[in-house]
Amino acid sequence: MTATDLGLPTLGGLDGVPTTEDKQTAKDFTSDQEVRWCPGCGDYAVLAAVRGFLPELGLRRENVVFVSGIGCSSRFPYYLNTYGMHSSHGRAPTVATGLAVTRPDLSVFVVTGDGDALSIGGNHLIHLVRRNVNLTVLLFNNRIYGLTKGQYSPTSEIGKVTKSTPMGSLDQPFNPLSLVLGAEASFVARALDSDRKQLTEVLRAAVAHRGTSFVEIFQDCPIFNDGAFDVIRKGGDDAKQRLVPLRHGEPIRFGLENEHGVVRSEDGFGLRFAPVAEVGENALVVHDATRSDPSLAFALSRMSDQDLTHTVTGIFRTVDRPTYDDGARAQVDEAKATRTADLARLLRGNDTWTVEE
Amino acid sequence: MTASDSAVTDQSGPGNHSTNGVGAPREVITQNRVVIRFAGDSGDGMQLTGDRFTAEAAAFGNDLATLPNYPAEIRAPAGTLPGVSSFQLHFADYDILTPGDRPDVLVAMNPAALKANITDLPHGGVLIANSDEFTKRNLTKVGYDADPLEDGSLAAYQVHSVAMATLARGALEETGLSKKDATRSKNMFALGLLCWMYHRPTEGTERYLREKFARRPDLAEANILAFRAGWNYGETTEAFAVRYEVAAAKLKTGTYRQITGNMALSYGIVAAGQKSGLPVFLGSYPITPASDILHELSKHKQFGITTFQAEDEISGIGSAIGASFGGALGVTTTSGPGICLKAEAAGLAVALELPLLIIDVQRGGPSTGLPTRTEQSDLLQAMFGRNGESPIPIVAPRSPGDCFNAALEATRIAVTYRTPVMLLSDGSLANGSEPWKVPDVDTLPTLEPGFATAPNAPDGSGEFWPYLRDDDTLARPWAIPGTAGLEHRIGGLEKADGKGSISYEPDNHDRMVRLRQAKIDGISVPDIEVDDPDGDAELLVLGWGSTYGPIGAGCRRVRGMGLSIAQAHLRNLNPLPANLGDVLERYRTVLLPEMNLGQLSLLLRGRYLVDIKSYTNVTGMPFKAEEMQDLFVDTLKGDVL
Ligand code: SF4
Repeated sequence: MTATDLGLPTLGGLDGVPTTEDKQTAKDFTSDQEVRWCPGCGDYAVLAAVRGFLPELGLRRENVVFVSGIGCSSRFPYYLNTYGMHSSHGRAPTVATGLAVTRPDLSVFVVTGDGDALSIGGNHLIHLVRRNVNLTVLLFNNRIYGLTKGQYSPTSEIGKVTKSTPMGSLDQPFNPLSLVLGAEASFVARALDSDRKQLTEVLRAAVAHRGTSFVEIFQDCPIFNDGAFDVIRKGGDDAKQRLVPLRHGEPIRFGLENEHGVVRSEDGFGLRFAPVAEVGENALVVHDATRSDPSLAFALSRMSDQDLTHTVTGIFRTVDRPTYDDGARAQVDEAKATRTADLARLLRGNDTWTVEE
Repeated sequence: MTASDSAVTDQSGPGNHSTNGVGAPREVITQNRVVIRFAGDSGDGMQLTGDRFTAEAAAFGNDLATLPNYPAEIRAPAGTLPGVSSFQLHFADYDILTPGDRPDVLVAMNPAALKANITDLPHGGVLIANSDEFTKRNLTKVGYDADPLEDGSLAAYQVHSVAMATLARGALEETGLSKKDATRSKNMFALGLLCWMYHRPTEGTERYLREKFARRPDLAEANILAFRAGWNYGETTEAFAVRYEVAAAKLKTGTYRQITGNMALSYGIVAAGQKSGLPVFLGSYPITPASDILHELSKHKQFGITTFQAEDEISGIGSAIGASFGGALGVTTTSGPGICLKAEAAGLAVALELPLLIIDVQRGGPSTGLPTRTEQSDLLQAMFGRNGESPIPIVAPRSPGDCFNAALEATRIAVTYRTPVMLLSDGSLANGSEPWKVPDVDTLPTLEPGFATAPNAPDGSGEFWPYLRDDDTLARPWAIPGTAGLEHRIGGLEKADGKGSISYEPDNHDRMVRLRQAKIDGISVPDIEVDDPDGDAELLVLGWGSTYGPIGAGCRRVRGMGLSIAQAHLRNLNPLPANLGDVLERYRTVLLPEMNLGQLSLLLRGRYLVDIKSYTNVTGMPFKAEEMQDLFVDTLKGDVL
């Protein structure tokens, strides 16, 4: 642990959230609102995965809250029969922070997109993960602005031709995982909208983690950025050559026959890909998501290419670190335990005088 | 002496000879009121010195009002005009309304302080200067060719030139304190001298210094020694021929304390939480002059108060909205520039119809403007500064102590009507202080949050409709997460009346716009009271916010001249009191002084079609009583505006 030990007990992400014995199904979490994303939108797959996953938590439905910003993905809360707020553009982390700090009995999710979280709400995102507020962020990254009809986003590749950049975009995109790792994130993962199994695994771990769990989900926008992730979404041999799945405690390998792996780079500062046959199994890096030092997770986040030649997925990092909300509540509890809340005495203060008849 | 701010005439005159103490007997002059201004370099501790003298005056039972005035820079270059910091205190044996227009006594700790303030001292006034700082270098810095303490240019004043730093150092010789630390205690020397001059008790200051320097007892003792040295200097040297007395004021019976506006506002928020049973959540980003509320509330977590120093102004209000959604009393505090940044989220709160307090301690604008000065120029921003038809109730306190009541009133509206409420304080209220009658906690109104507990659909479907309104208040239910069966989604998109689901229906939008407006328009607010003692006044002076003091003082003076004038002051600016239209009709002339370019007057003219006469002055400083008096007399004579 590099952070100051506040003496807080290690808890799970859902500790304190009331559970139910009642059997729940995806239907219980489905609201009466008609889902209005474009046909073929990757958001449907994520919604289905979330609806399917929530029942397994066994939480009381009324203690689950989804908070979103603005954008296609931010319509998410309307489609779930839990409490929800569709807030303003980029500000979901702020609303969720106030809610999570004051209500430890809630399981809080933030649903956001690449424009919402990384452009207009970038400041809130980095401060959220820095504080490590206990909630789960689902960032739907489709590398485009969908709701405003197709402008490039802060995760679009350089040179992206869109309505607002007819001659190509000029700015370097963010690598969302590198960004939040730089902001001290305690849980960082990536999944594909199309891989329900992996997405569910990641969600399970994210919710169990106490602190801010950051999950980037590559999401297809067939309308404005069609096929952006096809080479890794469609499965098959090509995808296997590109996708590098992380499994905690296992050597990092990928490829059709797992013939590639990740090894330390010669200069000692990073990682590189190498054929296993060339370097030998012993040279492979064994993934350890629980290292308190974020260097390995950061190096792994740099192994993904914008053009998806390689894409690392799975859980990059999950470490225990004090959460802001537990700390804030502990201070209030301590003050309540050690000082009396005497309003009359507070108002009088130390220096009063009395005027008599 | 400056003119009194009331009809009470100054009864200054020779009194008893002082016989206590070791010094020569002095003539003691009784005064009804005195204005003292402490002025020095930002690093000289003038605010602390003023605060302490204020505390002593308060403990003695005087009525008082204060006006701190300091630069926005933490430490402007020493000895320069921009670095001058001052604290003005008005104390009296009757109830006063303002910190005083001009000082009777000016304490100048260096040439810059003298230069910046001497023009405010009326001829015949008392000047006490720290001669140690009147060196050639310091004089040149502020453009004095010769030492004004010696060249006769101050002949119109009663000048006392005192080597405060030298005398303080002398008193501390035995302590082994460094020369620098000993010199720093010169402000306590000045305080001691003034305490002697005005017969102030000294125990409080000595106790205060011991507490403040609890970890450095050597510094505590040094400051106390310097403080006593100042007192003894007055007592034993013959330099001061007179001492003054200002008797305790005959205030209404009760227990009093001294309080600043920011402190009263903080306590109002604590009380609002206690009286509603709601946990308080403050989301705030540091900004002058509002930060003290964040500091103060952070000290009182035992009352179930969570304070969150957010990453920016937007997060301050966003987190407060999240807390309100969860069933807490969400509060955000800021000043004008912060309100600009919070505007979008304030609009969200209007759409969500959740209780929220937005506190704006106004300062000079536009942009960064005058961070440490006062202004009333955010009224229209509070009223209209959001996209769409986005009505927000507005409450404005009139005095430092009134900030307490204003916070309770704002909470009542927010919780009862499920709406964000804007509270408009300002810099002069925030930092100014006055005696405050400590309220009886049991008599403070209680508030019932009335959370929704059961489905409410009128069609018997067992559903929960988050936008089904209360018939009386038009408020929607406050259903907090964790309540089974009331799961619902709200957001910034337009909602269907009643059901609350997303709706783009043209007629529904029109209805919702009108419903939101009608809810705010229908908020019950107390009638405005008119102070018209003669009952035959033709001129009504209307004000809002911190101008209450100077307007009231001006009215007293005018009445003292035998003229009739009526005064009324608005606390609720949105909605306006139901009787306001009638009140405005009743007077031949309505005069509205504001520290902006006529913002309330624009609103009232549009609303009531009354030809209100607007008086505006935007100096960053509060109105002066004399300025108001002249304005009222001229208006009565019909020769202005
Ligand atoms: S625009 Fe793209 S992201 Fe938005 S709903 Fe349509 S397909 Fe999905």
